Amino acid sequence: MTMNREFLINSILAIALIAVPLIALGMDEPFIITLATKVAIFAMAGVGLNLVLGYGGLVSFGHAAFFGIGGYAAGILASHALNYEPIMESPFLIEGTTQMIVIWIVALIVSALVALVIGAITLRTSGVYFIMITLAFAQMIYYFAISWPAYGGEDGLSIYVRNGFPGINTLDPISFFALCAVMLAIAMVFSAVLIRSRFGLALQGARQNPQRMTAVGIAPFRIRLVAFVISAMITALAGALYADLNRFVSPTMLSWHMSGEIMVFVILGGVGRLFGPLAGAALYIILEHLLGGVWEFWQLPLGVLLLLVVLFARGGLVGVLAGERKHV
Amino acid sequence: MFSLFLEQLLNGLQSGVMLFLMASGLTLVFGVMGLINLAHGSLYMIGAFACAAVAAWTGSFWLGLVASLMAAAIAGALVEMLIIRRLYNRDHLDQVLATFALILIFSEGTRWIFGSFPLFLSVPDFLTGTVILPGGSQYPLFRLAIIVAGLAVAVGLFLLIGKTRLGIRIRAGEADRGMIAALGVDIDRLYTIVFALGAALAGLAGAFVGTTQSVQVGMGEPVLILAFVVIVIGGIGSIKGALVGSLLVGFTDTMGRFLLPHAFATFLDPSSATAIGSALASMLIYIVMALVLFLRPSGLFGATS
Repeated sequence: MTMNREFLINSILAIALIAVPLIALGMDEPFIITLATKVAIFAMAGVGLNLVLGYGGLVSFGHAAFFGIGGYAAGILASHALNYEPIMESPFLIEGTTQMIVIWIVALIVSALVALVIGAITLRTSGVYFIMITLAFAQMIYYFAISWPAYGGEDGLSIYVRNGFPGINTLDPISFFALCAVMLAIAMVFSAVLIRSRFGLALQGARQNPQRMTAVGIAPFRIRLVAFVISAMITALAGALYADLNRFVSPTMLSWHMSGEIMVFVILGGVGRLFGPLAGAALYIILEHLLGGVWEFWQLPLGVLLLLVVLFARGGLVGVLAGERKHV
Repeated sequence: MFSLFLEQLLNGLQSGVMLFLMASGLTLVFGVMGLINLAHGSLYMIGAFACAAVAAWTGSFWLGLVASLMAAAIAGALVEMLIIRRLYNRDHLDQVLATFALILIFSEGTRWIFGSFPLFLSVPDFLTGTVILPGGSQYPLFRLAIIVAGLAVAVGLFLLIGKTRLGIRIRAGEADRGMIAALGVDIDRLYTIVFALGAALAGLAGAFVGTTQSVQVGMGEPVLILAFVVIVIGGIGSIKGALVGSLLVGFTDTMGRFLLPHAFATFLDPSSATAIGSALASMLIYIVMALVLFLRPSGLFGATS
């Protein structure tokens, strides 16, 4: 019956994500809508990471790189458009934009290219080496963003007006939440379809037994590389939304703390569970909000809780509530 | 120009030696226990804070230095016995998360006790002067002392690993954990000792570096990541690799920051040369790391599996 219980928990999570901001709208609490938007965006970043971490068994400690690339795509394009400065004039004219759709496409393309390069190098290694090298590549991009003065360097870049989406007033908190929630839903459906496809089965097979995968004629490296690129693209899209939520992007989005946090969302919720990142992000934001309101040093109890989850509650929130997975 | 070059060379050596103190502990813990420890930077921070607090309280830098060793070693031993011990048989993901949680606990705890303002460590009187380098420029005596002290500790560590009974056990532990346990070595105690040893080295590095920079929460994190780069380049588990990697990273980083802006200035205008040069310099060690891994996926001295 565990599958049914997981289905029930997933439904509750989905309904809560939609109901809470609607209730907040009725009670005129825009801050809570912003928190829910943050949950949706962080969950989406986690959905991206979960693809390689949960299903591929690849512990990427550098996903902040892609989150930040998405954020900078939004920040850079918007700042050029708002200052009426073209990004490039020769050999052909490229101008900035405040259209989210264009920004998303740029975020997807750039993150895919960067992930292709990083993945091609890091996936040659495994285990601890892979963890540390993904971390190091993210740090490389982080330090580049800090020392490159053109787009704010260490101070970051403000987006004075939130970027637009046709037919939606993105400045309205509930409309922007709806947009983020729909994007999250698309990412989750895509991820669910992907892991059930031939490709997804091969990816999970490569996690469980790479030798056997090779023996049946599927090269784990190529499968993993494609998964790494797709995962980076989803996380970058979340990053673009996050920059628009805060109307600000800074190297903090690229920092290794961010990589750790995205990982925490996935683990806290449940590794390799479709709704794990949503559960984890929601729990994290709720804890941050509640503990942060009570005690200045809220990260201390958060650290203790995280430690207890890792030591004693393996499988995360969804895992504890829904029990062991029926089939692995 | 020559004396400036020499000065930067010494700075590179200093940063390399300090990195070695960090990286050797990390690589020992990984080599013997198979554990990836993100909280190693916290032990570095604990050493610096212990040194600064005791030095301010007693007025003696030397007591502070002893305190940094003791505090980091005790913190390391406690953490190993209470938490880390449960992680040896877990996968790397659990280790990364648990030690990430430890960072949150240590950083926030330190901020709670000491506040967010940085502390400062002053250098003992007889080491405050400067030395004249060949070529005429002055170099702080204390930085030279740090280099010498760091090198002495490094030699001591090599002797400890190579010549003592404890060192034999550590090397045996790296080669085959199950076998030395079967031969009657108290493996739990060995693990605690190795972890405390690595922690003490990190604490000492924290105290040394604390005298040249400010002592503040989060100071361990940039060094931790550099130490990761070092052990990845050197080969995880290899002390020799950690030494070569530390010096390579120390020199590459320092000389890159010094030389690249000059190099770009030969064909670019000064402001963009500085911008591009410093941006590239900050990425240089990661580029070196990527190159090393591309050629040797398990590092310079790593066991090829």
